Amino acid sequence: MNQLPRPRAPLARALPLPANGAKSLVEMLSFAAAAFVLLLLALFVAPQARAQGESSIIIGLTSDKFPETERALNELPASDLSTAPQIVEALAANRLYFNGPARKLYFADEAGKMFDAATGEAADVMASALKKVRLNNAVRRSLDAARGALTLMSPDPAKRKAAADSVFKSRDASALPLVEAALEKETVSANKKILEEARAAIIASDSGASEVRRLEAVEVLKNRGDQEALGVLSTIVSWSEGHVKTAAESAISSIQGRLALWRNVQNIWYGLSLGSVLLLAAIGLAITFGVMGIINMAHGEMVMLGAYTTFAVQEWARTSHPSLLNYSLFIAIPLAFIVTAAVGIVIERVVIRFLYGRPLETLLATFGISLILQQAVRTIFGANNREVSAPDFMAGSFDFGALQIGYGRMWIIVFAIAVFFALQFVLRATSFGLRMRAVTQNRRMASSMGIDTNRIDAMAFGLGSGIAGMAGVALSQIDNVSPNLGQSYIIDSFMVVVFGGVGNLWGTLLGALTLGVANKFLEPIAGAVLGKILLLVFIILFIQKRPRGLFALKGRAVEA
Amino acid sequence: MMETRKPLLLSLIDTRGGIFLGLIAAATILVPVLALMVPANSAFALPPYLVALFGKYVCYALLAIALDLVWGYCGILSLGHGAFFALGGYAMGMYLMRQIGTRGVYAHPELPDFMVFLNMKELPITWWGFQSFPYAMLMVLLIPGLLAFVFGFLAFRSRVTGVYLSIITQAMTYALLLAFFRNDMGFGGNNGLTDFKDILGFNVQAKETRVALFMASSIALGTGYLIARAVTQSKFGKVVIAIRDAESRTRFLGYRVETYKLAVFVLSAMMAGVAGALYVPQVGIINPGEFAPANSIEAVIWVAVGGRGTLVGAALGAIIVNWGKTFFTGALPEYWLFALGALFVIVTLFLPKGVIGVLDQFKARRQAAKQSGAAATAAE
Repeated sequence: MNQLPRPRAPLARALPLPANGAKSLVEMLSFAAAAFVLLLLALFVAPQARAQGESSIIIGLTSDKFPETERALNELPASDLSTAPQIVEALAANRLYFNGPARKLYFADEAGKMFDAATGEAADVMASALKKVRLNNAVRRSLDAARGALTLMSPDPAKRKAAADSVFKSRDASALPLVEAALEKETVSANKKILEEARAAIIASDSGASEVRRLEAVEVLKNRGDQEALGVLSTIVSWSEGHVKTAAESAISSIQGRLALWRNVQNIWYGLSLGSVLLLAAIGLAITFGVMGIINMAHGEMVMLGAYTTFAVQEWARTSHPSLLNYSLFIAIPLAFIVTAAVGIVIERVVIRFLYGRPLETLLATFGISLILQQAVRTIFGANNREVSAPDFMAGSFDFGALQIGYGRMWIIVFAIAVFFALQFVLRATSFGLRMRAVTQNRRMASSMGIDTNRIDAMAFGLGSGIAGMAGVALSQIDNVSPNLGQSYIIDSFMVVVFGGVGNLWGTLLGALTLGVANKFLEPIAGAVLGKILLLVFIILFIQKRPRGLFALKGRAVEA
Repeated sequence: MMETRKPLLLSLIDTRGGIFLGLIAAATILVPVLALMVPANSAFALPPYLVALFGKYVCYALLAIALDLVWGYCGILSLGHGAFFALGGYAMGMYLMRQIGTRGVYAHPELPDFMVFLNMKELPITWWGFQSFPYAMLMVLLIPGLLAFVFGFLAFRSRVTGVYLSIITQAMTYALLLAFFRNDMGFGGNNGLTDFKDILGFNVQAKETRVALFMASSIALGTGYLIARAVTQSKFGKVVIAIRDAESRTRFLGYRVETYKLAVFVLSAMMAGVAGALYVPQVGIINPGEFAPANSIEAVIWVAVGGRGTLVGAALGAIIVNWGKTFFTGALPEYWLFALGALFVIVTLFLPKGVIGVLDQFKARRQAAKQSGAAATAAE
């Protein structure tokens, strides 16, 4: 009695039927299973239903009177009629026919084929010769309740969940026995929880129930703690009195507090997600600016090149190695680094090294390079957006409390943090990092100590560009891959670097996350665009107070 | 003190400036003659679209001079001068919108079409007074000037310099871009202001009005040049140049660096506003795209191409680059960005003093050759 019979899979496998036949067989078997459950239910939960039997239902539905139809529908879920699910579905779709004098009920399937409702066998009748079972509002209510009750017993857990949800929403007191019956047999714990909540919603909304039970029910609703529970509770408050009312009121305020908390958690999560994207885009900029004191306006185009590398790798995998398609990101990440680092080093050697000590000129020259790169990509790949598909492990989401967390966003945050710490490692624990820091702090002294500053400059520029390329791989997952991809991030990246200050990657991290979170908290208050404007104004004002950012270099390096 | 002093105006004009002003004067006279008096079928006749195009170039040249004043003489690389230009343009656009009157699609006597469309009931306070031309012209000067004053006051007081200043000017114009895209700002959203009918009672589309607008732009360019020249040649200008070359030293000498910078910045913003105001009736539209940071950077490259710190060079650069743009976008649209990008790189790498610098070098070399030649003949 505590296990649903599940013969579908083994039987379907055992029978060598064509796909369609197998499907309809599975459907039939699932109906049979539902019917079996109903039979048990009828035996166990509602013994009085046995007496009513199928004939009473058929009579009710064929009498062409609304009260009779309503009665029959109310009895239907608890009856042992094997075709009960088809009957309600057909009625809902206006495909239920009857022959009054013969007391015969027929339902048509979606293709219009007729079946005898009493036996479920195909019937040789014409729909045109029959009358349709009519509906009015009262009948429709009963129909909905019957459908809900029947699906509560469905062998498909997803259907049971949907049915339990709809019972929760309708709070139909007549569904209570069925909910309890379903609760007894439910094996999936998530569904069980929803059923318990549905039961609680019914009991709490039932003025006839005892106060103790209603208080218990309010407690269950409080623990559910979402917008819908809030709705149920506020209607209860509107007509209840005494302890129930106070309990419901306190439950409402506790739920509201909880929801506000989750809203904040959600803002923080979205903010971290945005911040990690900003971090990826800005961190390379922080390196080139920190080490060489130049603003690379072509940085955004490095991000764009990384995204196009991802696209190219994916196309290559699609056409020649489809098995790799799902893992093409793992090829794209190092490749994007190599491609963009190489482009960066070429730019540094060909253009930027002639402009050291003239930061404003470098800014103009790199802006020119950014125009050339954009147009080059537009010429090669076309001006349209390119589609980069997400691999399986980045699709979908999971629930964390009241929060839905997408795997794509989550992996991007993980990736950003991994890149950050890898970079910290390179700067702190390798000899290249040591040299780079030396050049950052005092170029001439470092040069006197025998460090080849030209080489370090080229490598630092390559490193910064390479990281931008890896950022492009991540951005290809959440943004359109188009020649303008870089432009939309460059100003934000500048803001992060200016806000965080140069010469310290922690400043960049803190700057990116702060701006990301602040943006997401401002959005619901001020709107997306105004929020962004407010942030820009804030940064412009912030620069007045701390002209060199949150984490400024101190000492002799400052004016150098 | 028996030194003979030239009149003030003449003292401002050196050879180069003389040629420049002469060219402007010639254009101001020739364009009306060719456009209005020469019969339309003659080879010398100037079609109206060319008049508008030249007018556009002249406005850009004025913007370039304004930018050169802050960048070339004061060392402030503003990547947000497009914002001042666009604000001036919006002020003019608002005047032109109010002139449409009942001729709009919705024929509302007071509200421009887009406001009726957005269900606005009354004119927002920002639009009050714009039916009056003098008020609108005052705003053309005041709004960019005020923004420059507030922005510059904050930035210069806390000694934000160099690349940081460039970046926050860029952030400023970007923020304005986003703001003007919003419908509820009441400036027409992303469609901007367009469908102008007339200016001071004359049809903006008419040939005669276009010629008049061109002449007004030329005169504004000449006046702007003279003002900039007067500023840079004065004692005040010398201090400004000193700030460009050694800011800390100038401060230690006792000058209030912030005040000087602020004055130049505000003057330059006002000039940019005038350029924008003259630009709008000639192109017939102003929209938030004018605030795009890329536009401001492009203006910087005009100055760099012509030669920063020369004023004439800035105007020349604006005309050269925009003529190139017209040519490329017509003939080889694919390659315009390549050309512009290459221009940025080549100018910064090989022509740090711009076209004017190259000409000067050329002249200096010839003079040196002549002198050494003269010295050689003298020695014989």
